[in-house]
Amino acid sequence: MAVKKITSPFSPDIARHLSTGDRVSISGKIITARDQVHKYLACGGKSPLDLTGMVIYHCGPVAVREGNQWRIIAAGPTTSIREEPYESTLIRTFRPGAIMGKGGMGEETRQTLRSEGCVYLHLTGGAASYIARSILHVHEVHFLDFGQPEAMWVLEVKDLPALVTMDSQGRSLHTEIENNSLKRFQQLLDNPF
Amino acid sequence: MDNSKLMNSILLLLEKTSTVLSDDVYKALSEARLREQENSVAQETLSIILESAKCSGESGIPICQDTGSLFVIIRACPSEQVFFIEKAIKKALKNLTERGVLRQNCVDSITDKNTGDNIGEHVPQIHFIPWQGPTRISVMFKGGGSENMSTQYSLPHSELKAGRDLDGVRKCILDAVFKAQGKGCAPGILGICIGGDRSSGMLISKEMLLQRIDTVNESPVLAKLEDTILEQANSLDIGPMGLGGKTTLLGIRIGTAGRHPASFFVTVSYSCWATRRSVVELDDEGGIAQWL
Repeated sequence: MAVKKITSPFSPDIARHLSTGDRVSISGKIITARDQVHKYLACGGKSPLDLTGMVIYHCGPVAVREGNQWRIIAAGPTTSIREEPYESTLIRTFRPGAIMGKGGMGEETRQTLRSEGCVYLHLTGGAASYIARSILHVHEVHFLDFGQPEAMWVLEVKDLPALVTMDSQGRSLHTEIENNSLKRFQQLLDNPF
Repeated sequence: MDNSKLMNSILLLLEKTSTVLSDDVYKALSEARLREQENSVAQETLSIILESAKCSGESGIPICQDTGSLFVIIRACPSEQVFFIEKAIKKALKNLTERGVLRQNCVDSITDKNTGDNIGEHVPQIHFIPWQGPTRISVMFKGGGSENMSTQYSLPHSELKAGRDLDGVRKCILDAVFKAQGKGCAPGILGICIGGDRSSGMLISKEMLLQRIDTVNESPVLAKLEDTILEQANSLDIGPMGLGGKTTLLGIRIGTAGRHPASFFVTVSYSCWATRRSVVELDDEGGIAQWL
């Protein structure tokens, strides 16, 4: 399947043309945000940079300081569902182009992606070395007092491969798989050892 | 034992555990890749996992950016080495954190401050166990996402219609697998404890994750239960990273403990595909005699 190349930040128009199952490749500037940054931004905190059209990546990287520069050693996704209580507020307030992480998000985010023209991108959990190869450098880092994994890292990425698993038409691959597995699970419960 | 040799052994043990995926897990992932449909998302995901793990091992990069929390079991530690070994583990954690082999993964639960060196109150978790035989150190770096999926059931369980028998145990374990989808990074490995109390169940189920997945359970009943659950869990079509496919679990190890007549706990420790654990035996001088 053809891979769609996307440069972050991007417009909602581009997000609206992405569908569940599309393979994309991300280049440009993205930010990381985990639990602490999400809570801060959803509770009225100001973002140190404009997040319009940007990819917000659920990730707490391993980073080391080398002279004046930070180097990202490993940077796979963290479990996105933890940010479910905050994500809709973040999307409405800061207008990002995409949310990126692993495992998908809940019903509220699914609806917000649809109403605001945003998508959810999925990366392979634990593939830390593979993903770190696509990270060119660290532009800046904010909120280091939240701790290194919880800080907001502003990263330059090139050709980072991802899969669209929730789109702006309201489809969620995660919900579809969960519904299928639920049926099978219920059959298995009645299948004694 | 020679303290400097012991220090080197611990540093090597922890560094290798964070960066090199155990060969039994790598083999299980490779075999799973062959079973998935050609060009499916499941096969592509397993290819990425294998490539990433291989690259980490070769270049000394952590397998996962969540380098986990350290769990250690030391058997037959010479009494004069007990305090030194604890100090050596902490020193190694600091060193590996500075070098980016470990992420800063310890947070004060009240202030939310990261301690910055993977050391904190009751962290790392170290257990000394009396044992006859050579000194044996088992370590595991357990990721947060997978630890969040570990759980404990008390039987009978009305919602699952799970009674106090092995079929009830089976239902609980399948429920845990179903609920972990999209959270713990599948394909996962399960450590199970049937019985025990609330605390021993958690500890024993986690210890089961230290066992290799290419060995067969000594109990024929438990071996059969493991096979049944593995087959049924892999028929749920949850798949690698919960994106669909035939591989939801790589392995399952079930252990047991005596229980109070009133209690029947089933404890599930979930580990992601990036199961980082090693077991070594030390020689008399504190060097690593063998990797088990």
